[in-house]
Amino acid sequence: MSTFVAITISGLALGAMYFLVASGLSLIYGLMEVLNFAHGVFLTLGAYAGWAAAQYLPQQGWTFIVTALAATVAGAAVAAVTELLLIRPLYGKPVSQILVTIGLDLALVGLLLGGFGSDSRAIAVPAWLTAVTTIGSEHIPNGDWLSLGLGLAVLGLLTWFLRYTRYGIIIRAGAENRDMVSALGIDVGRAFTLVFAIGGAAAGLAGLLNSVVFSSALVDPTQGDQLLIFAFIVVVIGGLGSITGSAIAALLVGLVQVYVTFYANGGGLAQLGNMSVVLVLAIVLLVRPRGLLGRTT
Amino acid sequence: MRATEANGGDARTGTAEPAVDVAGLRVTIQGSVVLQGVDLTVPRGEVTALLGRNGVGKTTTLRALIGLQAGSGNVRILGHATRGWPVHKIIRLGIGYVPEDRDVFAKLTVAENLRIAQTAQTTTANYDRVYALFPELKVRHRQLAGTLSGGQQQMLAIGRVLLTERALLLVDEPTKGLSPKFVSEVVDALERVRQTTTILIVEQNVHVVRRLAQHVVVLDHGTVAHTGDASELEDENLVRRLLGVAR
Repeated sequence: MSTFVAITISGLALGAMYFLVASGLSLIYGLMEVLNFAHGVFLTLGAYAGWAAAQYLPQQGWTFIVTALAATVAGAAVAAVTELLLIRPLYGKPVSQILVTIGLDLALVGLLLGGFGSDSRAIAVPAWLTAVTTIGSEHIPNGDWLSLGLGLAVLGLLTWFLRYTRYGIIIRAGAENRDMVSALGIDVGRAFTLVFAIGGAAAGLAGLLNSVVFSSALVDPTQGDQLLIFAFIVVVIGGLGSITGSAIAALLVGLVQVYVTFYANGGGLAQLGNMSVVLVLAIVLLVRPRGLLGRTT
Repeated sequence: MRATEANGGDARTGTAEPAVDVAGLRVTIQGSVVLQGVDLTVPRGEVTALLGRNGVGKTTTLRALIGLQAGSGNVRILGHATRGWPVHKIIRLGIGYVPEDRDVFAKLTVAENLRIAQTAQTTTANYDRVYALFPELKVRHRQLAGTLSGGQQQMLAIGRVLLTERALLLVDEPTKGLSPKFVSEVVDALERVRQTTTILIVEQNVHVVRRLAQHVVVLDHGTVAHTGDASELEDENLVRRLLGVAR
């Protein structure tokens, strides 16, 4: 029973990280109907920004906050520039958007490979992050708590932002009827850039989190692309455009992946956990094609 | 600068520039020519009704004026040549647009629908004015707009553009599909609004037009077929000839 609790927390932590990646993707699609295939590289760049910041910071507990801020700001900045320079001229052209974002992803990953090589880089992490917290007889890695905390914080912040702030209301209205938002005198383009920046910020933070908690403190040029697949699965299961749906789906995917990996992986099928996630996706698409909380069109 | 332009006037000559001055407005949608050279003038401080049979381009005209529909031709609104401007910039000249299908944000509450309109303008929001015109909006401010009746949605669509001061209202079929009770409430509200605001209204209901408008412009086949005084609508033969309906 106690092992079950431990792996459940591990699954929730993994799901929280998936949520960080998927939330931006969902938000961007929800407002702008842009399938952003460059989202993975935002995540990778965030991780590298965190790695770069950690190089220059003393290894004390508090400096991780600065590292996390660097990752978040890097993700937001790259996403905002992407929207302004590449996406803005392509609204209403979904095929072009897909091609451009795939091209951007390939180009930036290529640049990272060229600049840093294909070998993973070790990122310095504070000691508290690699320690465990003992609850009863269970030892829960502090990284899991960090992931859960960040996931909850981002969910809370996004929910508050969308529900109570001026731009949040504009974004929700824009998701319903973009033309009418403009017809009320609102510069929708500015809201679009903001949404991209928010999505990029969450992705950047997720990139760092993935490195320090789920990838043995290693930063890798292709880590974002690997996670992007799971993020798309989460967004589709949760329902395109629904942040709450993404949160639920992310936890579901994280739990299924961890449970299957732990309980059903005795046969040596190393990819069984990943395959089970695809199976969940297939079931949801068959039973509820619009996803758990997706809007009807 | 803006106040002078909004009030419309050229103090040197004593002439008031129209709120809307359109020449040769052409719009093509998916290969079909919808407007083929509309010339239209909306005098300041008065109500002009845009009439015509279904499909002659009334809604397209309003949408083209604020840039929601691409077109060619010369368009001057509140003293500005607005061709090529983005929609939000045109609206910020002091225009309120009430679309044909109301287009309230269904998943937002009544209060949020009003708040989003408030944030778009720099002038102070006047909730008292909106709630005085439409008390029901105050009662239902926490209700999702998508759950309102058609009449209540129309009140919200009009209310949100009246939250801040507007020099010009573009109102597209405000009484369409409404029960007589709501028609009366909406027309009463517009009657009060016209005392301070120029209005260009698309309306099929001739009785409403006669009550609200001083001028009428009749569209037919994408061009202006008739321009005149609203009192001409007393002539049943003229109404039947221009609009194909009896008064």
